[in-house]
Amino acid sequence: MASKTPNNCSVVLESKPAAVAGVCEQLLSKLKSCNFSQKDIFAVHLALEEAFINAVRHGNKMDPSKQIKIDYSISNDKIEISVTDEGSGFKPNGVPDPRCGENIYKTDGRGLFLISSYMDVVDFNKAGNCIRMVRFMQKLQPTDKTKRNG
Amino acid sequence: MVPIKPRISVEYAENATIVTFTDEKILEERDIQALQDSIMSVIEQADHINMILDFCNVNFLSSAVLGLLIRISKKVYERQGQLKLCKINPKIYEIFKITRLTNIFDIYSDLKSAAESLSASD
Repeated sequence: MASKTPNNCSVVLESKPAAVAGVCEQLLSKLKSCNFSQKDIFAVHLALEEAFINAVRHGNKMDPSKQIKIDYSISNDKIEISVTDEGSGFKPNGVPDPRCGENIYKTDGRGLFLISSYMDVVDFNKAGNCIRMVRFMQKLQPTDKTKRNG
Repeated sequence: MVPIKPRISVEYAENATIVTFTDEKILEERDIQALQDSIMSVIEQADHINMILDFCNVNFLSSAVLGLLIRISKKVYERQGQLKLCKINPKIYEIFKITRLTNIFDIYSDLKSAAESLSASD
């Protein structure tokens, strides 16, 4: 069941890749109406899709009986999203850099790196089964933007 | 009839097979698997293939598509062929740049220059 105020949402979804589409569409539409830039919207879209598929595949291990919780809130200057799965968690520091050495030829392992590149703040709960991502609105954070993706 | 997604169009030019992604978004795992099946089948039909992947319609993709491109490139290179990518929009090009895949893929701004690069190396 979803609980909503205009720019906040908490929703529990089925653990299958396509399940995020509706929430994603709703969130991106809200970002547009809150005057987030196209660049911000693209970044949030990418991060949410990647975080959700990680939750389905690595967190819940493709188990359709499990669920994924998404919380988001949009304020004047930022969007904050959390994606929580029912898995046992992982250690983000143990994920290899997909740009280095032979990793560049690997067919997976880029999702978390892209999330970190496109979002301003990325952290995990202690268990490692909840990712929190924040992106500041581009036009209000010029200093932060120059640091991004560096 | 319900259209089957994702769709590609395939054109056989003089020195290359041009595969154009016709969908704007390439996201879902089953779509990516379907794309892989279609493109691998095109590659397997020839002993030697030079392929150009045209992204002119694509405005969003996930990291799983990057994995697909690597699988395609391995298959093309196994057959002593070449793979070129073209018409990647700036937002998506940034994904290639951030992940440093610009170092391993030959990317061109348009179809003509991608085709010319094949002619030059043949």
